[in-house]
Amino acid sequence: MSDILLEIKDLHAGIEGREILKGVNLTIRRGEVHAIMGPNGAGKSTLSSVLTGKPDYKVLSGSVTFCGEDLLAMKPEERSWAGIFMSFQYPVEIPGVSITSFIKTALAAHRKAKGLPELSAAEFLKLMREKMDALKMNGEFARREVNVGFSGGEKKRNEIFQMAMLDPLFSILDETDSGLDVDALRIVADGVNAMRSPEKAAIVITHYQRLLEYIVPDIVHVIKDGRIVRTGGYELSQEIEREGYANI
Amino acid sequence: MRKIFVIGRDPVPAEFVLGPSESLEISLVVLPGVSCEENVRISLDGEGASASVRGLFLCKGDEKVTLNVDLVHARQGCSSDQLFKGIAGGSARACFNGRILVVKDAQKTRAFQACHSLLLSDKARVEARPQLEIYADDVECSHGATSGSLNPDEQFYMRSRGIPEQEARRLQMISFLSAVMEGLGEEMQGEILSAI
Repeated sequence: MSDILLEIKDLHAGIEGREILKGVNLTIRRGEVHAIMGPNGAGKSTLSSVLTGKPDYKVLSGSVTFCGEDLLAMKPEERSWAGIFMSFQYPVEIPGVSITSFIKTALAAHRKAKGLPELSAAEFLKLMREKMDALKMNGEFARREVNVGFSGGEKKRNEIFQMAMLDPLFSILDETDSGLDVDALRIVADGVNAMRSPEKAAIVITHYQRLLEYIVPDIVHVIKDGRIVRTGGYELSQEIEREGYANI
Repeated sequence: MRKIFVIGRDPVPAEFVLGPSESLEISLVVLPGVSCEENVRISLDGEGASASVRGLFLCKGDEKVTLNVDLVHARQGCSSDQLFKGIAGGSARACFNGRILVVKDAQKTRAFQACHSLLLSDKARVEARPQLEIYADDVECSHGATSGSLNPDEQFYMRSRGIPEQEARRLQMISFLSAVMEGLGEEMQGEILSAI
């Protein structure tokens, strides 16, 4: 088993005829957490959109492999089955669909794709209970409609809950810190840290250093104008916190 | 108890007349495979009467569905609340004509009406024609109509969780219909779900 999980080579991509990523190279190995920092408009969200296969985003050239497979040839749901998960910056509201039935549908699709039988009702509830407890969510949460009327913190916690349920190999946390107070930030970070393991990896996309105090990355990249312009250790995020992006 | 009328299967009375403080809760359901023109008249004929009307229509192919709902506020202090939701595919045509009449003496009237539709193809069409005739001056009335297609952001969110495209579309339709599915009972809900 190769220790390289995700490999991006000279990726050019954009939306509506506008090139936003202008040659991104990135290799992520199992066990690593990478932070991607950068000013607004640098291409952070475009990168996560391209990795998860959001329609409307076009890859112009370059390649992305995940576990050695051509990621760009996969549909969004196939990427999910392969083990990619993104925590959305702006999670979508789904009225009339409970969190329980939503995650049950998603989990059943994952198991079907892997040729596994569906979990029994008891197994499913036990798993859900366990993950909700770990994120300090009360039982009433599972009956609520997906993200409807949720506070910013509840939405992000729901994202991390879904991540825990689907148990991805590779997680992308897109601006997960936005809209969170310190308590919520700590719970979310604990949830992410609990999933760190030698087989898995993650990208933490953030504008600020704050989240990285809780989810300490192994490697920090700075993206500017569609390219990774600096790569370093945790200290790079501290430098940005002190001096901003202007001189990078 | 909400009374359910499945159009083409359950005959709908031509008129519902409500006396003082009486209330009526009905749902009109049009399942795929039905072309119809249905006229329903509800008269709030006693002080303090109230009516809640829910409508759900699913049409595909070249079906033509017309629902004419006439809501008459004939006495003061009555309220009515109408919510219609429909999904149209193929080259289906659906039309909702919702007339609300508030007579001169029907003060303190509250009347609400909304019709929302989801179009699954370029050729499908839903027309919502609200028609308000208000002759009293102390009334609270509103109407609204929207028409749209499946939200791509919603769909991408579902697919990014591993829900296949077809199933995501189905879940979106269930979500869209949820407000009119409530209170229909498991059997009717099951029938609607298998028709989506």
